Amino acid sequence: KQRDSRNHKQSGDSTECVAEEASLILDEMAHRLQLSTVRFFVFTLSKAFKRLFRSVCVNEEGIQRLQQAVQEHPVVLLPSHRSYMDFLMMSYLLYMYDLPLPVIAAGMDFMSMKFVGEMLRMSGAFFIRRSFGGDKLYWAVFSEYVKTMLRNGYAPIEFFLEGTRSRTCKSLTPKTGLLNIVMEPFFKGELFDVNLVPVSISYERILEESLYARELLGIPKPKESTSGLLKARRVLSEDYGSMYVYFGHPVSVRSLTEGKITRSQYNLLPRCIPQKPSADTHEFLNDAAFRLVRIQEENMVLKPWVLIATLLLQNPDGMDLSSLAEQTDWLRHLALAFGAYLDWPDHEACSEVISCSLALHRHLLSVSAGHVQLSVTDAPQVESTPEEAVFHQAVVVLSCASYRNQILHVFLRPALLAVAMQSANSNRKDDVYNCFNFLRNMFSNEFILCPGDSVQDFEEACYLLMKRGVLQVLEHEIVMSASGHSTLAFLSSVLDPFLQGYQVVSRYLCEETNENLTEKEFIPAVRNFALKLILAGRLKCYEALSSDLQKNALAAFLRLKAVRKVKVTYQVNFEGLVL
Amino acid sequence: MEENGSLFLSSSSSSAQQRLRIIAGHLQKRPEDENASVAAQECKAEAPRSEPSSATPVPRRRQEIMKWNGWGYSDSRFLFNKKGQAEFTGKRYRLSGLILPSLKDWFEGTFGANLQHRSPATPSLNLSAVAPPNLNQPFVEDLKAAGLTVSHDPEDRVFRAHGHCLHEVFALREGRIGRVPDTVVWPSCHSDVEKIVELACEHNVCLIPYGGGTSVSSALECPREESRSIVSLDTSQMSRILWIDEKNLTAHVEAGIIGQDLERQLNERGFCTGHEPDSMEFSSLGGWVATRASGMKKNIYGNIEDLVVHIKMVTPRGVIEKSCLGPRMSTGPDIHHFILGSEGTLGVVTEVTLKIRPIPEYQKYGSVVFPNFQQGVACLREVARQRCAPASIRLMDNEQFQFGEFCFFLILLSFFCFDPQHLCVATLLFEGDRGKVLQHEKQVYDIAAKFGGLAAGEDNGQRGYMLTFVIAYLRDLGMDYYVIGESFETSVPWDRVLDLCRNVKERIVRECKERGVQFPPLSTSRVTQTYDAGACVYFYFAFNYRGLSDPVHVYEQVEHAAREEILANGGSLSHHHGVGKLRKEWMKESVSGVGLGMLKSVKEYVDPQNIFGNRNLL
Repeated sequence: KQRDSRNHKQSGDSTECVAEEASLILDEMAHRLQLSTVRFFVFTLSKAFKRLFRSVCVNEEGIQRLQQAVQEHPVVLLPSHRSYMDFLMMSYLLYMYDLPLPVIAAGMDFMSMKFVGEMLRMSGAFFIRRSFGGDKLYWAVFSEYVKTMLRNGYAPIEFFLEGTRSRTCKSLTPKTGLLNIVMEPFFKGELFDVNLVPVSISYERILEESLYARELLGIPKPKESTSGLLKARRVLSEDYGSMYVYFGHPVSVRSLTEGKITRSQYNLLPRCIPQKPSADTHEFLNDAAFRLVRIQEENMVLKPWVLIATLLLQNPDGMDLSSLAEQTDWLRHLALAFGAYLDWPDHEACSEVISCSLALHRHLLSVSAGHVQLSVTDAPQVESTPEEAVFHQAVVVLSCASYRNQILHVFLRPALLAVAMQSANSNRKDDVYNCFNFLRNMFSNEFILCPGDSVQDFEEACYLLMKRGVLQVLEHEIVMSASGHSTLAFLSSVLDPFLQGYQVVSRYLCEETNENLTEKEFIPAVRNFALKLILAGRLKCYEALSSDLQKNALAAFLRLKAVRKVKVTYQVNFEGLVL
Repeated sequence: MEENGSLFLSSSSSSAQQRLRIIAGHLQKRPEDENASVAAQECKAEAPRSEPSSATPVPRRRQEIMKWNGWGYSDSRFLFNKKGQAEFTGKRYRLSGLILPSLKDWFEGTFGANLQHRSPATPSLNLSAVAPPNLNQPFVEDLKAAGLTVSHDPEDRVFRAHGHCLHEVFALREGRIGRVPDTVVWPSCHSDVEKIVELACEHNVCLIPYGGGTSVSSALECPREESRSIVSLDTSQMSRILWIDEKNLTAHVEAGIIGQDLERQLNERGFCTGHEPDSMEFSSLGGWVATRASGMKKNIYGNIEDLVVHIKMVTPRGVIEKSCLGPRMSTGPDIHHFILGSEGTLGVVTEVTLKIRPIPEYQKYGSVVFPNFQQGVACLREVARQRCAPASIRLMDNEQFQFGEFCFFLILLSFFCFDPQHLCVATLLFEGDRGKVLQHEKQVYDIAAKFGGLAAGEDNGQRGYMLTFVIAYLRDLGMDYYVIGESFETSVPWDRVLDLCRNVKERIVRECKERGVQFPPLSTSRVTQTYDAGACVYFYFAFNYRGLSDPVHVYEQVEHAAREEILANGGSLSHHHGVGKLRKEWMKESVSGVGLGMLKSVKEYVDPQNIFGNRNLL
C-alpha cells in the first residue's frame, strides 16, 4: 500500500519525509475491517432496523446477479445516497446474504465522531477528506489505496457517486473523481474488467426528513457527533414505513468504454505514475457517471405517497379526499405509463392505500372533514413572528417536496416538453425543440440530464406523450390533442416551483445586487429576498427558499454566462440575464 | 538427402562430421577468400546447376517434397491410426514413427473434438480452379531470352500464392484458389535478380519476392486489386554460401538459403549463425531480413538486425548496399533499417553478410517448473535484470504445460506441493564452453529457486523445444477434425506481461463465446524471449468449429479482437512476424502518421511504379 509514496516526491522534500507523510495519510484513511465489529454492528443494527422499519425489501435476483458478478470481476457498489442509513444497510444486507463485505469511502466528518468513527472503520469504512484539491500526495495515496484494494480483489469498493447525501431526494450531479480511480485499473490493463453495480435505496419515510428541510432553509447542519447520534435515539420510536434496496444489473466498465476510450493512451507512462484523465476520458467519465445515476433513478422504488405528495404540493389549499383519490389514481396510471417503478399494493382499494400513506406522514398534514392539506402540525405554542411562520410552513413544504422529487425523473422530460410547448412561439417542431433545449440546458444543474442527450430526451418526451394521446407529433409540428390539456397542465406545474424559484433568483440578481456580491452572501441574501416576496404576498412558492435550488440556479446562470464569477476576489458580478 | 533430427544438428557432432565428408568436394570448389564480385561472375558460369547437391535442398517444384495445402514435408504428418492412437509419420523428426497414446484424450478433452467427426481436406489440387495466367508476353520472352527459368504451371503458381495464415491454408484445404501469381521465375544469382527487376520495370509487371513461404501475415497473398501480371520471384535457387571470413567471423551468403541449410553448411565448417527461428527448416535468409526475424537463441547471437553486417538489395532504382564491412557506422540513419522489415515492398534482398560464431563447445537443455505463471514471469524478469539469460529461455503457461504433459511423461506430478492446474514450466538452453555453461546453469537455477522454481531435467527441456517444430504439423491434424487455430505474438514491457497475457486470453475466450463457438477454446500464452525492458509473448489459440457456418471469419474476428486487446494493453503490433496485409490497419496507430509517411516516401522514391506491389506494410 505504501509503494506509491516513493513515486511522488514533491520537490524539496526528502523521500523519508514524503514517505512519513504518506503513511500518516494512510493511517488516517485506512479501514480496519474486522468481522467481530461487523457482527456487533449487525446485531445492533438488526434491532434498530426492526424498530425503525416495517420491512426492508431487497430484489433477490439482484443479489444473485451480484453474487455472480463478484465471482467474475472486482465489483464496485454505487448506492444512491439519501440517508446515513444507506451504507449501514448495504453492509448489513451483504452480510446477511453472505456476500463479501464492502469497503466504503466515507466522508472525513464521520471520523471525528468519537468511538463511532473507529467502529465504522472496523466495519469497513475508510475516510477521505472532503476537499483535497491541491494536495497531490493525498490524491496519490488515496487513489493508490483504492486501486490496490480493487486490483487485489480484496473486497467490493463502495462509494457514492453523488458525493454526499441528497438533501432534496433528487439525485445530485455525480462526481467523477472516484469513478476515474476505480476505472483506471481497467484503462491501464491491470484488470480485465470491473463490474459497477448501481444500487437504488429508497425510503418510505426518510429519517433525516425535517433535518434536511431545516438545513435547506439555512439552519446549518450540526457537526456529526456521538451525542447527536444519541439524541437521534428519539427517531427509534417512530415509524418509518418500509425501505427498498434494489441492486441493479452490473455494468461492465469494459463494455461501457467500448469505442469511447483508447486504452493505448496509457501505454507511454509507467502505470504507477498518476495521470490526469485526458479530455476524452473526462468526457466519458462524466457521461458514464450520469448514466449510472440515471440507472439508480430508474430502479428507485416509489411509494404511493410520492404521488400524493406531488398532488398536495400542486394544491396548497388542500384537496378533498375523494378528489385526491381520483387524481392519485389518474397520476398512478400516468406514472406507470412513463415507466415509474411504483410499489402500489395489489388488491387494495385506492382510498385504503391513500389513508395508509397519509397516516404514515401525518406530521406533515392536517386532515379534517375529508379535507387534506399540507400544514404545520407541531406548531410551537408561543406566538411566532410572521417570518417564523413562513419558515415553519416552508419546512413542511420542503419535506413534502423531497417525496415529490423522488418521482421527478419520471415526469421530467415530458414536463420540459410541456413547458416548452407553452412558451414556444409556435407549434413548429424546431421552435418547440429549441425551447425544450433551452429549458433542459437551464435545469441541467437541477436534474440529472445526460450531457449531449438533448435530441434523445426530446424524442423520448414526444414518444411518451404521444403514447398517452396527449400530443400528435407531425412532420414539422407538434399539436396538442383535445384530451391532452389536463396532462400537460399537470406536467408543467410539476416544473413550476423550479421555474418560479429560478425567476426569484434572477430577479434578485437583476434588482437587488450591487456590483460586488460575494459568494458567501449570496444564499442568505436571496433567501431574504424570497422571504420578503412571500411576506408581501407576491410569491406563493415556498420552494424558492431552498438553498439547494438557489445554488443550482446560480450555477446554471454562471454556466450560461449570464453571471460572471471574478475569481480573485471571489465576487459574483452579474451582467444581465437571459430569463 | 534430408537428415533425421536435423533440428538439433549442432548437438550431434558425429553426423555433422559424416556430412562434412559428403559435402567436402562441393565446398572445395570455392576458394576461402573469394569475394562477392568473383562470386557474381562465377554465377554465370555455373548458371545451369543441375547437379543434385545437398546445398540446394529446396527444389523448384517444392510440391514434390512439401505439402501443397499444409505445413512442412509431405511425408511428415500427424494422424490418428485405426486404433485411434495418434502417430507422427515420416523419418525426419525425433517424433517420427512414434505413437502418442495420450494425444487423443488431450485433443478430445481440450477441444470437445471427436475422431468420428472428420473434416478432411481436398486430396489434390483441382487445376481447373486455377485461373489461366495473365501473361505479359514480351516480359516472359525477355526473361527466357536472358536464360532464366520460368514456369506458368498451375501447381507452381498456387504454391507461391500463400503463406501459412489460417485462412490461406483453410481455403487450400477446401480447394478454393484465389488470385495466384501468373509467372514464377527462379533467379540463381544477384545479377539474375538485377535483370529480372530491370525487365519488370520496363514491362511494368508486379514482382512478389518469395523465400521460404512461411509468412503468417498474409504477406504473400496476391493483392486482388492488382491488374498487372504478377510474377513470383522465387529466391530458393540462390542458396550458396559465397565466402566465409574466419578472421572477421563473417559469412557472405545468398539470400535464398533456408535456415537449416545455412546452419548445416556452416556447422560443417565449424561455425554457426545461431539464428534459429521456429520456422528455420523452411524460412530463408532474405525472408528473415525482410521481416525483422528473431531467433530463439537471440540472447547469445542477437536478432537478425544484430547479425547482419552488410545487405545487398536490388530495387527498381538500382542496388542498395553499404561500401564497407565496418561493424558500426555513423552515417545518418542506418540504411539497413529501411531494408530490414520492408516485407518485399522495396526490392529483393540478394546477398547478406552475416556474423558467424564458432560452434559452441557444449550445449545443455534444462527445464524448471514453477508453481504458477506469475512466479515464472517474475523469475524470467529477474534473469533479464541480472542479464544472465541462457541462449534461450521460454515459459509456457499452464494450458501449454498440460499439452506437453500428454505428450511426454513429465514426471512432475510428483511435485505434489504444486497445483497441476496452475503450475507452468520454463525450458532452457545453455550454450558455451562447458565450465561456463555449468556455472551459468547454476546461476539461473538459483534465481529460479527464489521464485519457487524446481529443476525438472534436461529431457523435458529438450522435448519442449522439439515441440516447437511439430506444433505447426499439429494444426493440420486439428483441421482434419474441425479444429482450427493459429499463433500470434507481441512484445511488451515487463510490468505488463502478466496483465497482457491474462487479458488477451480472457478476451479470446469471451469473443469465442459471443461469436457462437460451441466449445471452449484453447487460449494459451508463453513468454519466448526476454529483453532488458520487456519480453516477447506468444499466444496459441484454437477452437472446435463444429456448428459454425463461417469458421474462418469467426477466427479472424477473434484474432482481430485479440490484437486490439494486445495494443490496448501496451503490447506491440508484432515482435517478429511482421505486418504484411493482416495487420496493416494498425500501422498508423503503431508508428504515428509521420512515421508512416516517412516509410511511404521511401517507397515512393525507391519504387515509384510499385513494381514490388505486394502491398504489405504500408
